[in-house]
Amino acid sequence: MREINNKMLQRLYWKRKEFMHAVKRFDRTQQFIVLFLTLLSVFMLLPIVYVFNHAFKPLHELFQFPPTFIVRNPTFQNFIELLSLTQSTFVPASRYMLNSIIVTFLATVGMVATGAICAYALSKHRFPGSKLIFGSIIASLLFAPETIAIPRYVVVQSLGIMNSYFGHVLPMIAMPVGVFLIKQFIDQVPNEMIEAAKMDGTTEFGIFMRIVTPMVMPAIATITILAFQNAWGNAETSTLFMQEDAMKTLPFYMSTLTSNLANSVARQGAAAAGALIMFLPSLIIFLLSQRKVISTMAHSGIK
Amino acid sequence: MSNNMQIRSRRNTDTSVGTGSKMTRKIMDLAAEIWKSRLSYLFIAPFYVMFVLFILIPIVAGVLLGFTYFNAIQFPTWVGWMNYQNLFSQDIIFLQHVVPNSFKFALFVGPLGYICAFFLAWLIAQLPGTLRTGYALAIYAPSLTAGIAMTVVWQVMFTGDRTGYLNSFLLKWGIIEKPVLFVQDSEFLMNVMIIVSIWASMGIGFLAILAGILNVDKQMYEAGRIDGISSRLQEIWHITVPLMKPQMMFAAIMSIVYTLKSGAIGTQLSGANPTPGYAGQLMINHIDDYGFIRYELGYASAISVVLLVVCYVLSRMFGYLFAPKEGE
Repeated sequence: MREINNKMLQRLYWKRKEFMHAVKRFDRTQQFIVLFLTLLSVFMLLPIVYVFNHAFKPLHELFQFPPTFIVRNPTFQNFIELLSLTQSTFVPASRYMLNSIIVTFLATVGMVATGAICAYALSKHRFPGSKLIFGSIIASLLFAPETIAIPRYVVVQSLGIMNSYFGHVLPMIAMPVGVFLIKQFIDQVPNEMIEAAKMDGTTEFGIFMRIVTPMVMPAIATITILAFQNAWGNAETSTLFMQEDAMKTLPFYMSTLTSNLANSVARQGAAAAGALIMFLPSLIIFLLSQRKVISTMAHSGIK
Repeated sequence: MSNNMQIRSRRNTDTSVGTGSKMTRKIMDLAAEIWKSRLSYLFIAPFYVMFVLFILIPIVAGVLLGFTYFNAIQFPTWVGWMNYQNLFSQDIIFLQHVVPNSFKFALFVGPLGYICAFFLAWLIAQLPGTLRTGYALAIYAPSLTAGIAMTVVWQVMFTGDRTGYLNSFLLKWGIIEKPVLFVQDSEFLMNVMIIVSIWASMGIGFLAILAGILNVDKQMYEAGRIDGISSRLQEIWHITVPLMKPQMMFAAIMSIVYTLKSGAIGTQLSGANPTPGYAGQLMINHIDDYGFIRYELGYASAISVVLLVVCYVLSRMFGYLFAPKEGE
């Protein structure tokens, strides 16, 4: 254990040395840019650092005057409070959490799977109407779902999928930006490879699974993140399509916690803990795959 | 004369028979082609069915509902252009508060946020690899917080008494003499909304711009220098931007959509819809107010249609700006 620690320290030390060395080699403009960006990054990250600290503050630190930024005696009290709180309808917070996990998982997998295969057909198959279909997907990038919430409500109601997981998951699958990004990426896959696989007698589905998918992993990773973020933070489906409290998700629960928080002092710690729970998964997934995301974005252009 | 007529008419019937058979043959061909590519349709179907159900149909239905009176219980009744007439002639809140507010908010969060995103991405692209990732992450991270989760931070930061972080800080340094009601006071709410929205606006649009800048071939800059480009600004204007027009377009569309979405922040911050004194009332809050509080769904749909038209016009404008020129 100690050996590993020592190794890590050494590596960190070398990293730091490299960094200082690199900074010294910069010209004036670059030094200025580093300074400016560092200050800005600190400013950008302040609220996030704050959430981390606030979530672990014990009660007396939450309402201390003057307010403190850094936590002194970290505790898990807020998380315990968050999970044991129950709504007036006696739905425990853990139920919202479970709903959120189920919905996010199904929506992300559903979006990526249906989106990727759709993008493959749009990119590599020639068939009547393909241009029209892709055109409609590009045009719809513009429409924020919020503006069509009312007719959506009517559609969901007439499909009879209110108060079910379908009501959460199916609308979230319709995420045109996902199909668009994968399609742009599949365009880069050379046609010769697909032709060669066809010669070998691979089925269309086999080509998609074994040749195209491995080659466009960066794009798939990217839309996995986007779909995940979209589903994990989405309160819209809970507010509009779910009347039963037991079917609602964590973001909705958060909104009930935070409404009028500025005026009341109760539950501030629980709300901060919830905010951290909402934020952390997105951050971790993004950190793991940021390289792939940036390389996908290079192909994001609309011509 | 009559001969001539006969010939002409005969020729006419000939051609009409010709086009008729051609038409049927075309339809047969098309049907055969559709049947041949049935696998492609099967691949597209799962996503596209969802797309049609939850995006296309709602858009069409929204346009239709805009012409009706609909209260979610009775069947909608057709009222023609009345909703639009009311919206532009009688809805005082819309004309006096929502339109100017939306305009101000959109102007700052849209173009200013977009320019900031470009400027920051350009600065980051000037640095070597390892540093680049760190800064890109720091600037992108706030957009991960979009949604209601961060409300807790803003509400505590801007709390109206001296326990609010900002108030406490400003009091300590003697900048203000008594606490300011940042999110309740109609004077401050809009500014707070704009700051928070710009803070969280560096999302995938920002990443697309960054990737676009990094993708520009370094040799282009050297070629530019030989051609007499002397300053960095000229370099950006003549080389970087023209080469990454498609990414700029994508980012522009993402920026429009974000601006639309983030309008809800006013209600989240102040904890009330309508916002205090209608100071933070934007189009999206107005739609929610009529749609889900007053249940005048027809009228709310009409407002949505106006919003969609505005978006469409804006995106066409960007499309015109970033369209690839001849020979590119």
